[in-house]
Amino acid sequence: MGHYAAWDIEVARALITRLSSLDGAVMPILHALQDEFGYVDRAAVPLIADALNLSRAEVQGTISFYHDFRDEPAGRRVIKLCRAEACQAVGCENLVDHLRTRHGLAVDATTADGDLTIETVYCLGNCALGPAALVDGELVGRLDAQRLSALCEGRAVETAQIIERVPA
Amino acid sequence: MSDKAKPVRIYVPIDAAALSVGAEAVATAIRRAVEQRGRPVEIIRNGSRGMLWLEPLVEVETSAGRVAYGPVSPADVAGLFEAGFLEGGAHPLGHGPTEELDWLKRQQRLTFARVGLTDPLSVADYRAHGGFKGLEQALAMAPADVVERVRASGLRGRGGAGFPTGIKWKTVLDAVAEQKYIVCNADEGDSGTFADRMLMEGDPFTLIEGMVIAGIAVGATKGFIYLRSEYPHAHRALNRAIARAEHAGLLGASVLGSGRAFQLEVRLGAGAYICGEETSLLESLEGKRAIVRAKPPLPALQGLFGKPTVVNNVLSLASVPWIMVHGAKAYADCGMGRSRGTMPVQLGGNIRRGGLVELAFGISLRTLIEDFGGGTRSGRPLKAVQIGGPLGAYLPDSLLDTPMDYEALAGVQSMLGHAGMVVFDDTADMARQAKFAFAFCAKESCGKCTPCRIGAVRGVETVDRIIAGVERDKNLAVLADLNRLMTDASLCAMGGLTPMPVMSAIRHFPEDFHRPAMAVAAE
Repeated sequence: MGHYAAWDIEVARALITRLSSLDGAVMPILHALQDEFGYVDRAAVPLIADALNLSRAEVQGTISFYHDFRDEPAGRRVIKLCRAEACQAVGCENLVDHLRTRHGLAVDATTADGDLTIETVYCLGNCALGPAALVDGELVGRLDAQRLSALCEGRAVETAQIIERVPA
Repeated sequence: MSDKAKPVRIYVPIDAAALSVGAEAVATAIRRAVEQRGRPVEIIRNGSRGMLWLEPLVEVETSAGRVAYGPVSPADVAGLFEAGFLEGGAHPLGHGPTEELDWLKRQQRLTFARVGLTDPLSVADYRAHGGFKGLEQALAMAPADVVERVRASGLRGRGGAGFPTGIKWKTVLDAVAEQKYIVCNADEGDSGTFADRMLMEGDPFTLIEGMVIAGIAVGATKGFIYLRSEYPHAHRALNRAIARAEHAGLLGASVLGSGRAFQLEVRLGAGAYICGEETSLLESLEGKRAIVRAKPPLPALQGLFGKPTVVNNVLSLASVPWIMVHGAKAYADCGMGRSRGTMPVQLGGNIRRGGLVELAFGISLRTLIEDFGGGTRSGRPLKAVQIGGPLGAYLPDSLLDTPMDYEALAGVQSMLGHAGMVVFDDTADMARQAKFAFAFCAKESCGKCTPCRIGAVRGVETVDRIIAGVERDKNLAVLADLNRLMTDASLCAMGGLTPMPVMSAIRHFPEDFHRPAMAVAAE
């Protein structure tokens, strides 16, 4: 993640053509575009609509419905922080406060320099080892303020520190 | 070949939860240590055994069976080798034979029988552990008999609603159409649940086999797994498994040479909780906004692209191969009342020993949370357990003796859902949790019906007023009225069940709604 191609209408057209014969091709096409460019450029909407014989409104409606699809590039690194109940029970909201007070970072926003995007997600399926985050597509468990700071600063999390020894 | 030359098998999980606490670094450290020592070793990346507090859990295969070490960090690896862990040697992180661990021994693993045991992507390993037998059985039977076996097993949908699986299949079998579909609902979006993810990563062939059996039984030749995008690890595992299943003849134009076709594709969602609702999921698969469809028509009659469609949860489909092999009675003999078979329970949140426990229905919540889970992780008193995801009730300690059973939980105005249990300690503020339930509904509502779309927003505002101490009694009355309306008039479970966490919080934790007034935080 983080190294996306610049928007290119011909590349987009080729992706759309390749996938348009799938049953229900809209979602696979949108994912393919976002995987390639990091977002779904508005210029892709008429291309998809033409290829699938849909109205532009239908395509735009699908894009805007889903939390995942972006209409502008994300930061070079993306941290998806889980804020669902299981992570709430182990203090994920304190981490949101930590981001704000310690790093001046807001959730669901990208830093001005385009380096980092932090997004809210609801459940990453790591509910026994929360708080959890998906960092550039890799799951991190037992997040705490210190490790989150490391991630924000682009450092790796020491895996040895994540281990929590619970007496049996 | 002498024993010294035979590679020692070491298991290091590749399950996302294990990876989240460093399993990849541990596998790398072991690989390096092995290279230095020149001892032949085979590192197998298995699923998780479900003892997530012990992850990364490394197992070594010895003449006395598999021996467990955990939680292992990369820094522990050198010490493990020095302690002779390749022969199962003693070490402070050692737990002895894995199968003898009390936590595992007390379970009844049917659906999860292979998870953690095998290499999830090895067809040979799958076959060696009983894979394909259910499908072979199904291919030798008349479709109606397969459907009848599933019905007789008592299997109910494991996704939350608990509808009898066999009845759904019968409806699709009896529908006349040139094309039918099997859709696996792998949009496990409830907080506190991870059983689907563990199964898809730890034993994907079981799900694939279950879907093929469903296809053979109802006459569907095409299947889709609709997977939530929050599970990139499961996505990779499923795609690899499908490619290998095609190669092995489990999928394709002639399943196991039977002349019956079944094709399977994984499709990714895009971060919308509502897609867990089956009609929304179908809209999404068709490429649209995931707006709930009114029922009827039932998806079993007019589902994906208007064709008869079986929509089942991951665990429902993954239970089918076991039922085919062992028979309906063996499955139905587990459980209590109208809840038959086993349920994979997920213990999460503020819990000491979180993980997956598969057991027959009927065990008490207290046994699960205290005996298996060991109480809270923080060591503070337990305050509440939310069962069944964001739409499930918050139960107090006094109700923990309720048995795990669809009807028993309904009896205490609660629900089993997908059997995720999220533990909260006494620092939790239930008014804040009630507000979150509405806020989540407001954010994730598909917008089709007014009670959910507008009601959730009004709910947030009303709880805010209660927290702020504004006309509390009046606002609690408004809330009760709003909840009744949402329950009665919403189109699907999103709006219809959001009142459950809210009302349970008010019912069991009234003190949290009558605290000294505080300014509402700007959020």
